[in-house]
Amino acid sequence: MKLLTHNLLTSHVRGLRPGGGFPLRIQASEVRVRPVPFNAPFVARLVPRLQWAALLQAAASLGHPSELPPEPAPDYEADEEFLRRLHHLLLEVEVVEGVLECPDSGRRFPVSKGIPNMLLGDDEA
Amino acid sequence: MAASSQITSMEVGKTSQDHLKVHKMKKKVLRKQVRAQHTLMRHEGIECVSHATQSLVVANAGLGNGMSRHQLFRIVEEYGLVETLLMPPNKPYSFVKYGTTEEAKKAFDALNGKEVTREDFGQNIVLYINFVEKVFWKNVVPTSLPPGLTVVEKVISPEEERRMLESIDWTEDEDTQNAQKTLKHRRVKHFGYEFCYNSNNVDKDKPLPGGFPGICNLFLEKCLKRGYIKHKPDQLTVNQYEPGQGIPPHIDTHSAFEDEIISLSLGAEIVMDFKHPDGHTVAIMLPRRSLLVMAGESRYLWTHGYMITPRKYDVIQASELGQKVGTITADVGDLTLNRRETRTSFTFRKVRRSPCNCIYSSVCDSQKGQQRQGQPSFPLSEMEASKLEQEHVHRVYEEIAAHFSSTRHSPWPQIVEFLRSLPKGAIVADIGCGNGKYLGINKDLYMIGCDRSKNLVDICGEKDFQAFVCDALSVPIRSGSCDACISIAVIHHFSTAERRLATIRELARLLRPGGTALIYVWAMEQEYKKQKSKYLKEKNDSKGKEEEINTDTARGLLSDQMPDGSSQDSASSDQLLNDSKGKGCDAKPVADSRLPVHTNRTSFHSQDLLVPWHLKSDTKKKGASADILSFPAGSKESQELSPVFHRYYHVFCEGELEAACRSLDCVRVQKSYYDQGNWCVVLEKL
Repeated sequence: MKLLTHNLLTSHVRGLRPGGGFPLRIQASEVRVRPVPFNAPFVARLVPRLQWAALLQAAASLGHPSELPPEPAPDYEADEEFLRRLHHLLLEVEVVEGVLECPDSGRRFPVSKGIPNMLLGDDEA
Repeated sequence: MAASSQITSMEVGKTSQDHLKVHKMKKKVLRKQVRAQHTLMRHEGIECVSHATQSLVVANAGLGNGMSRHQLFRIVEEYGLVETLLMPPNKPYSFVKYGTTEEAKKAFDALNGKEVTREDFGQNIVLYINFVEKVFWKNVVPTSLPPGLTVVEKVISPEEERRMLESIDWTEDEDTQNAQKTLKHRRVKHFGYEFCYNSNNVDKDKPLPGGFPGICNLFLEKCLKRGYIKHKPDQLTVNQYEPGQGIPPHIDTHSAFEDEIISLSLGAEIVMDFKHPDGHTVAIMLPRRSLLVMAGESRYLWTHGYMITPRKYDVIQASELGQKVGTITADVGDLTLNRRETRTSFTFRKVRRSPCNCIYSSVCDSQKGQQRQGQPSFPLSEMEASKLEQEHVHRVYEEIAAHFSSTRHSPWPQIVEFLRSLPKGAIVADIGCGNGKYLGINKDLYMIGCDRSKNLVDICGEKDFQAFVCDALSVPIRSGSCDACISIAVIHHFSTAERRLATIRELARLLRPGGTALIYVWAMEQEYKKQKSKYLKEKNDSKGKEEEINTDTARGLLSDQMPDGSSQDSASSDQLLNDSKGKGCDAKPVADSRLPVHTNRTSFHSQDLLVPWHLKSDTKKKGASADILSFPAGSKESQELSPVFHRYYHVFCEGELEAACRSLDCVRVQKSYYDQGNWCVVLEKL
């Protein structure tokens, strides 16, 4: 699971407070970094879609304290260094084994071989 | 102009009207004639020419649209000496070659745009004619022989034929020992076991004394040695037909006899009609002293019989050598079969000792009983719906994941086009991604996939795609985060209208305003605008391939050979707007609410149904269990045959998917179309 995927995922257990399922807390037992070709316009287009605080929090929880600003600078599209750092965090860092925890209900979703299992039981959905 | 001969002075104005009419008619004929030209060129590679030649191609007068050779010959011979009359099998056109160009020109002038009444059905058709340089057609070998069928010509000598016929003594009146009977249209005699026409079965505990005539045993030894059959038959039915007699179409009872059935034609040739449940009929010539071998699909699924009235149709000869296959006589003298003589057939079958578990469950009497017990019903509550999906969708995909995935490799062109059209950097979710065949289509997108089957998602993981496990009713993606979504062959697995709508609502929730979703579901209509879907068309492929085709399309998706330009099959949304509820196609379950089991690669007869999946054993994971059909332990079947899983489907009628989408306020239907047996919609989030 890349951190960009994590940034899109939310807990969906029944009865959560509105917005309470996001972001999922990561407890990783195995993290992997794999190089991905850098594509500046591609990364730049992703920025408006991100929940920035959740990304910084996820990076920190993986022990990848980023040198990213608290929020994207207005001219981020031209800032290659910024985009490279973001690229690394979003696309190259992956959680291989671990658990995603719902911040509201505490429901834990296992991640195995990079695959989160977000399936709920009949009574939870 | 005969019509104007009775004009009175009061009707002077009418003549000019008539002239106008004639002029319009001529224009219409010309337009249609030109269109026929284009169709022939585009679909058949037949090049028409504008100058007069000796040869004509006659559109609408082919074997494929019910014209008989006999009738067409009578029509064309009026204009000159017909050198050749070629009627390619299953095509809606024919070729006529005259002795001279003048004769051909005469026929062209007289027949182009002419309406004729088809002899057999009394239906009117209009002929459109073009000149061609050469008389020929491509694809001479017809693809339409029923799978599993062979005809071995001259399998015995005339001397053997005589001795076999003499071995049957028809003189004893109602011979009790060999169960001789005179049926309505023929005489029969049984050996080995009596076939009972009331139950359409044999009494397996009561073998007849005496066995087969000695010469038959010798013949069967030969068949075994030459490999026509694998097992020695133990039941023989001898039928004798006088000229004019025949046998109604039937399938030999599955529970009564094993797979291979062989039948020897003696005394006279006949043409036997084989008919697929879809209505597709193939007429096959059975020459005198030939052996018909029926196995597999031709034995289990197709009916066979022959008509009592004399035949005027052309025939396809099925020779084991293949040389005569598809040859349609160019000799106009050889129009019809010879007057029939007395024909005697020797049909050898092997009595079945355990229930039949063929893959053609809709026509299998053994499986009808089993279905009644174990077959699930149409769900009447939310809980039943969820349980049905768990048993007949989720669990099945989990068990067949590896085999299923091995049949999914070709992305579907119009879905690829949708994904390629999205802007760079778009975030796209594939809800129900299966083995992830769309996740890597466009490298400029960020695609995430999810599926209910963990085993399928694991396959995505092995391919390094971003994927997770979840249900399409509850997707753990935050609202408004996706630029696009696709839902390919997923929603038809939900068993109530509410649940299907809920999955569409969930898709829409994921989209940002302006984002788009592409939805594909399997269509009830597997034939649309007179085009059969790939799913139906693939039925004549070889057996090995058959498995892949039916499995590949069974989730609604298609195989490799799909032509790209399928936009021709697409219906525009305008046509669908006023037609939101399909006609004669409502979602009523069958009377006793048991879900019917579909026969793969046939048309649908119910919107809610179970579609069998025949698992290849080498891909079956250890410990998996198929409970639908259980085989007696140690039986041949338990070792040889693959387990069958039944997947639940709701196939959509025309307009049904679109109507569901329109009932949601948060989306707009951008596009709605039919694509090779699927109904498809593109939604835009408002």
